[in-house]
Amino acid sequence: MVGGRQFLTRFRQLYLPLAVFLVVLLFPFYWMLITSIKPNRELYNAKIMPLIVYQPTLKHYTDLLTETNFLTWTYNTMLVAVITTAISLVLGTMIAYPLARMRFPGSAVIAIGVAATYLVPQPLLFIPMADIINRLDLGNTLTAVMLTYPTLLIPFCAWLLMGYFKSVPRELEEAARIDGASRFQAMTRVVLPLCTPGLLSAGIFAFTLAQNEFLYALIFLAKSEVRTVPVGAITELIRGDVFYWGQLMAAALLGSVPVALIYSFFVEYYVAGLTAGSVKS
Amino acid sequence: MAVRPATLPRPTPVAGRPFTLSGFLEREGIFSWLMLGPGVLFLLAFVAYPFFYGIFLSLEERRVASEGVFVGLANFRTLAHDAVFWQVTRNTFFYVVVTTVLKLCGGLAMALVVNQSFRGKNLARAALLLPFIVPTALSTVAWMWILDPTFSVVNWLLVRAGAITTGYSWLGNASLAMWSLVAVNTWRGLPFYGITLLAGLQTISPDLYEAAAIDGASTVQRFLYVTLPVIKPVLIIVTMFSVIFTFGDFQLIYALTHGGPANATHVFSTLAFDIGMSAGQLGMGAAVALAILPALAVLIVGLTFYLRRE
Repeated sequence: MVGGRQFLTRFRQLYLPLAVFLVVLLFPFYWMLITSIKPNRELYNAKIMPLIVYQPTLKHYTDLLTETNFLTWTYNTMLVAVITTAISLVLGTMIAYPLARMRFPGSAVIAIGVAATYLVPQPLLFIPMADIINRLDLGNTLTAVMLTYPTLLIPFCAWLLMGYFKSVPRELEEAARIDGASRFQAMTRVVLPLCTPGLLSAGIFAFTLAQNEFLYALIFLAKSEVRTVPVGAITELIRGDVFYWGQLMAAALLGSVPVALIYSFFVEYYVAGLTAGSVKS
Repeated sequence: MAVRPATLPRPTPVAGRPFTLSGFLEREGIFSWLMLGPGVLFLLAFVAYPFFYGIFLSLEERRVASEGVFVGLANFRTLAHDAVFWQVTRNTFFYVVVTTVLKLCGGLAMALVVNQSFRGKNLARAALLLPFIVPTALSTVAWMWILDPTFSVVNWLLVRAGAITTGYSWLGNASLAMWSLVAVNTWRGLPFYGITLLAGLQTISPDLYEAAAIDGASTVQRFLYVTLPVIKPVLIIVTMFSVIFTFGDFQLIYALTHGGPANATHVFSTLAFDIGMSAGQLGMGAAVALAILPALAVLIVGLTFYLRRE
């Protein structure tokens, strides 16, 4: 039977592997959800089937929102992510534009320098950075992370935007200049509007990176009121006491929602940002 | 009618024009550097300076809240005779190499699977990238519970399937813990490879496959002689990026095991954190962190040259 054989091939090449990938990659999120709505008597009972929930409850969520600083952490995380994304977009644009468009002495050195700063990993910098932040007396302030996150985000934004700026035909800028626009106006009124997709990509990517940051937040933010969600969850909800797993999962799920929401609205832009460094179009 | 070549208004030589501030700011070099200035100064202050300051710290005996004493290479000599440091070095390379191989193979497989056309493929692709976009510390929390010694769902499934009789302590057992970390890192990083390689696959023109099929190439041959050569640049860049970031991985390991049990899962970054932050020995911590540098320098220089050649 031809149809049957075709289906079998398709099953082997597509449906089966796809199902495996989906189950393995998404199971932890299912587990987060199911754990967060399980009552403790189901959570800590090794006898019953753990894959489903029998009597769902929102108790862990109400506990999380009333008994911990979760809302403060969420506010901190959002504030820091928005501000650092804005700083990084502005400074990243200002670095990328001349590198993509102008000829000037030192451009090659700057281009290599920006690429190198993008690739220098945090573990190489966090100890001296901790000392610097201490000297500036910024420990336990959100300013500390607002100053340090852009070091991770600016090089990325600049790199990504350079590609977009290069793709705008020079003639458009030249035409604007002939019409009397200054260089700055040619950039803000001609090139930047044409590069909106690039700015969106860079912004969304920077935003998710800022939400994901952990090491600097862990080092600089030791007080509960200034913590971000990842650090708050890891340091305060894990208390060596088994009875907090439900809350922990509720925190993990709620903490992931903002990123997941933004991601779901702008998937194409996110993927464009992800692949921009590695795929030449 | 004589057609004259169109002449654009030619900018008069700078020397012949009275100096104006706006004219000065319009010069290419001046404008460029004014734009670059703030960002470059920021990166100098918060990337370049800490980097060199870290090298300086590594040459000091320095504790938190006290003055440093210059000790030359003493920290590095101590590390060279420290069995834990060498164990951590092996751990780091094991972690990077094994996860990279797994992510590369798994990611390529994922790209090939979702590159086929099927209903709901956009949704599937978006969903498959979730492990990579959700904050790692938070998804790691789910993994802690999945791998919990008493209530692990993996153990439950294995016992149910009859594969084992009593559950493993996935994170508490020295020989299993590293493999658990490798699994979680692969889980998080594989979609990055998958989606990026998918973008590479999509640049392949169907004509190439048709031509190969007409020439009688088998599926394997088409993969080896059409697919691989075209996506090779993407493959190399993605792998290099991923290796660099895996070398610097911290939060996944810190959250899951803190480097334990008995240093079995410590890598450079977590050891540097323990020594530099928890124990407050900034100098020694900086020296440990610098251990990443040689491997990293090779990778970064390689990648920079590769990118410039492209």
